[in-house]
Amino acid sequence: MAAVTVSTRASAATRAPRRLPSLSKALIAIAAYAVAVIFLLPYVEMIVTALRPQSELLERNYLPRHFAWSNFSTLWSTGLGRNIETSLEIAGGATILVLLVAIPAAYYSAKRKFRGRTIFLLLVLVTQMFQPTALVVGIYRQFNDLNMINSIWSLILVNAGFNLAFAIWILNAYFASIPKELEEAAMVDGTNRFGAMLRVVLPMAWPGVVTALIFTFIAAWNEFIVALTLTTNNATAPLTVALNSYIGEYQVDWQHLLGGSVVATIPVIILFAFIEGKVVGGLTAGSVK
Amino acid sequence: MQETSAAAVARADRAASAPISRRGPSAGRRLGRRLQPLAWVGPAAGLIIFAVIWPVYEMFHTSFQNISPIGIVLGSNGTANYKTLFHEPSFGSVVVRTIIWTVVVVTLTMAISLPLAQLFNQRFPGRRITRWALIAPWAASVMMTAIVFRWMLDPNSGVINLLLHQLGIVNGFNTNSSDWLGRPVAALAWMMAVAVFVSLPFTTYTLLAGLQSIPGDVYEAARVDGASKLGTYRLITLPLLRPAALIATLINLMNVFNSFPIIYEMTRGGPGYETSTTTVFMYILKQSNIGEAGAMSVVNFGIVIVIVIAFLRASRWKTEVN
Repeated sequence: MAAVTVSTRASAATRAPRRLPSLSKALIAIAAYAVAVIFLLPYVEMIVTALRPQSELLERNYLPRHFAWSNFSTLWSTGLGRNIETSLEIAGGATILVLLVAIPAAYYSAKRKFRGRTIFLLLVLVTQMFQPTALVVGIYRQFNDLNMINSIWSLILVNAGFNLAFAIWILNAYFASIPKELEEAAMVDGTNRFGAMLRVVLPMAWPGVVTALIFTFIAAWNEFIVALTLTTNNATAPLTVALNSYIGEYQVDWQHLLGGSVVATIPVIILFAFIEGKVVGGLTAGSVK
Repeated sequence: MQETSAAAVARADRAASAPISRRGPSAGRRLGRRLQPLAWVGPAAGLIIFAVIWPVYEMFHTSFQNISPIGIVLGSNGTANYKTLFHEPSFGSVVVRTIIWTVVVVTLTMAISLPLAQLFNQRFPGRRITRWALIAPWAASVMMTAIVFRWMLDPNSGVINLLLHQLGIVNGFNTNSSDWLGRPVAALAWMMAVAVFVSLPFTTYTLLAGLQSIPGDVYEAARVDGASKLGTYRLITLPLLRPAALIATLINLMNVFNSFPIIYEMTRGGPGYETSTTTVFMYILKQSNIGEAGAMSVVNFGIVIVIVIAFLRASRWKTEVN
């Protein structure tokens, strides 16, 4: 066991500037744990408040004396399930749409030089930097003209459009790294280019596909300003918008507001952990990997 | 593997036309070849044009229109929307606040991320788990993070006030001193802190990737040459980290400039417009005068374009795609 760790450490040590003595190593570990705790605290408070009994809401203590698990059943009875369903439909729809159009585009632009390739990639990169916030007035006017206010299709299309660039960049990098000979072999066997992409290249680019899938899903799931602008009915709005109905003019229903936030947040943090190491490459268009 | 019919037809076609194909492929096939990229790339380009470019057009168009509060287009308005916008009593202060907001948040984010990236680049037990903790604010919805901070700053029972009271900084609950979000300057400071908090994970991860891309033998060479620890850091680490830091700065500029949910959820931009940035101001204008909101978003868009151009130059995307 010890021998194995020594040999793996030796290769890793060339990456780190130098081996640290154990005292400073301990200090570093403690500092890192403290930072980790600070980053998690707001989400811990989210959970604690979601479980606070109504009678203890105004009390000044870090932890309530009782935990009211029933807050989640009363949360459910406010009809939040319908909003979760809408969010799932929008995030799922946007993710499917992104993969359907990004996979062929990323594949073709990674493997072939064609007229308009540079313009296409420039378009992708420019729109990657655009955010719906700055364009929300235009988005509102567009979907108002199209009579698509309150339609989940409008939110699927906008979320897909604004997250397409990330998917194309990350997939493009994976496709480009797969040797040509593999597809050529498949094409000699009689498969056409599309078949070669599906059967040979796509399975090898699977980590990229999963990254694009999870990233798009989370981005659409969390999206707020466009959903706020294009929905007027809280009962069927996505979760991010619907939660705002717990904020009244004079009173805020904190347990349910934060309970709904817990339901929305915990799954995406877990999902994000799967792609954590690969996201930077897609966001920086390959400038930093 | 089964031969698809399309491939079979293409092969038969090739065989049949072989004797006369000296002058190159037929016109039809040439057209087919030229349209081939469209089949692969067209849907993606179409989606971008529909969902991203069309709103840009609509935004410009709206900024020159006279639209009633309930959304009826009353005709062209010339540049009147822009004149109204620039004569808004709050316009100047909103613009100045946006600049301060963006510069302060991005500067603090970069300044804190650099030591964080150094820290998480070290080897220590449990590094993987601590790095997972770091992603929470990145994965979570910014809107929900802003809401939980608003609750933690509650003047009556927020845990931040509870802690500050125990430390003797806040002298009483339900008082002016505990009502952070009711005072514009204090509210802005707290919202900036939240904006930094949600920007740190991405930035730290980008710098971490930059640090890990520096080859170990560079450090080895410096050590052999007898460079000091500080000298190595200043002369090797920092310069080699520059590209990653530049890209992270530009992406943060864009995110922080466009940051809407934090201010919207914590103060709604108020009291008055005293905690509004240009995006929040635009959103509030949208409720009453959408033409003027269009003019505000065109101004915002101008700033966005400047950041995009800087990003394109910094990202060296051409070498990446070629």
